[in-house]
Amino acid sequence: MALPLAVVWSQVAQQVTSGLAAGAIYASLALALVLIYQTTNVVNFAQGEMATFTTFIAWTIMNHGVPYWPAFALTLLIAFGGGVTVERVLIRPVEHRPELVIVILTIGMLIAINGLTGWIWGPGVKAFDSPFPNRSVIVGGVAISIQDIGTFCICLGTVLVLWLFFRFTTLGLAMRSVAFNPDASRLMGVRVGWMLALGWGFAAALGAVAGMMAAPTVFLDPDMMLVLLIYAFAAAVLGGIDSPVGAVVGGLLLGVVINLLGSYVDFVGQELRLPTALAVLLLVLVIRPTGLFGRVVVRRV
Amino acid sequence: MSTLLELRGVEARYGPIKALHGVSLTVAEGEIVALLGANGAGKTTTLRAVSGTVRHTGEIVFEGKQIARSKPDAVARAGVAHVPEGRGLFAELSVWENLRMGAYVRGERRTLRQEAPRVFKYFPWLERRRDQQAGTLSGGEQQMLALARALVGRPRLLMLDEPSLGLAPTVVQEIFRIVKELNADDGLTVLVVEQNANVALAAAARAYVLEVGQVAIEGESAELRRHEGVRKSYLGY
Repeated sequence: MALPLAVVWSQVAQQVTSGLAAGAIYASLALALVLIYQTTNVVNFAQGEMATFTTFIAWTIMNHGVPYWPAFALTLLIAFGGGVTVERVLIRPVEHRPELVIVILTIGMLIAINGLTGWIWGPGVKAFDSPFPNRSVIVGGVAISIQDIGTFCICLGTVLVLWLFFRFTTLGLAMRSVAFNPDASRLMGVRVGWMLALGWGFAAALGAVAGMMAAPTVFLDPDMMLVLLIYAFAAAVLGGIDSPVGAVVGGLLLGVVINLLGSYVDFVGQELRLPTALAVLLLVLVIRPTGLFGRVVVRRV
Repeated sequence: MSTLLELRGVEARYGPIKALHGVSLTVAEGEIVALLGANGAGKTTTLRAVSGTVRHTGEIVFEGKQIARSKPDAVARAGVAHVPEGRGLFAELSVWENLRMGAYVRGERRTLRQEAPRVFKYFPWLERRRDQQAGTLSGGEQQMLALARALVGRPRLLMLDEPSLGLAPTVVQEIFRIVKELNADDGLTVLVVEQNANVALAAAARAYVLEVGQVAIEGESAELRRHEGVRKSYLGY
């Protein structure tokens, strides 16, 4: 490992901040995975493709002359409705089947949505506007791109809003209770099926945020979230697949670490970033399968 | 006294195993009724049939309405609070959040504001420990929280599944004392399943004894206490 002799502090800080921006995107998508994992008990492999699809919808809305933020809000609503519909129409019929059945279904959805996106919008790469100016601000001698700050704030802002919702509203509490104990929730009068559907709706909306924040840098094409999903998956596993806090911390941590390794460890460079993420995934699964914040599942016999 | 709950010929099965062979019983408004019997007699299954958490046939009428085909959440909203075997607490949530879930059935916020003070009168320690995680409470405290959570929803019928299970005798006495108090103060109707027939008969006005999925004996508590078979098999003297 050839570390450069003079590591300039301001450059490191710069890499950390852009790592945090990338990490915030991983965190959103990882949180989406965790939301679904907590209620449906499977990893939704179609999460990335659902995000891509909704980002294309945002692109179409903006192409019709709608300004960025209204289009952003409208896309979140559409994504939410789409997520709820997917759960009601596709997941519900197999709800009580073995988990493998649901996993295979989500893989099928991945392929189907990917194909559908290419069929509707064509295979080419499209430019996606960013709502933030392409400038930097200098803070304490460190140049931070406004794009990075904006991405970070939007992603973590969404996470914060979601946290407030789950913590303080009746509906949020009911959704959490369903994640912990669906049978007991039914006895409390909770319509469990609808709570699961809402969970899918929130996950889809989070994915849409991640997609719209990622699209200006990775460009919009039907495969754009494939790689991001792997980062998000690694982040979720790093934090603990059943822990929302873990997903966010895991995402930020992964973003920073990958960015630093890519910049300062020569052989990682640009090309080996993804394998590095996979290595993280593997290491966590071997050393600490519950992740940083996950619960150890104790099964009573 | 008008009939609050009536079961007529209720049968239930778990896969190929039949657990209830036609159970019929009634619970009148304002009374405490005990459901006794040995392990596997069908006591728990009877409660589960009422709350809709086990597949069953037959008629179940609650407040004059047929609820035999209702889903568990609908039965809960109709006013039946079922404290199940194992208590069904949300171990990861706080005491207060568990109580909030108890109020969910009638609209959380308003119900909680009205009912929490009333429930805290019976369980004053709950108010002091409202932020404690429910899973860290002792067994007896958990049973009381489960009871309190059910009461916050102001149920028309409270169904308790073996509240004495695994608890020290003094705690069991305390729980049944509170149940009797609630019954006397508010006219709360209770259907309680118990293996501990002594303590259940002391609290209940009437009781049914289940044997292999059917009602074998029924009557007033005092009467059952003198019953030869009940005494030998369930009271142990």
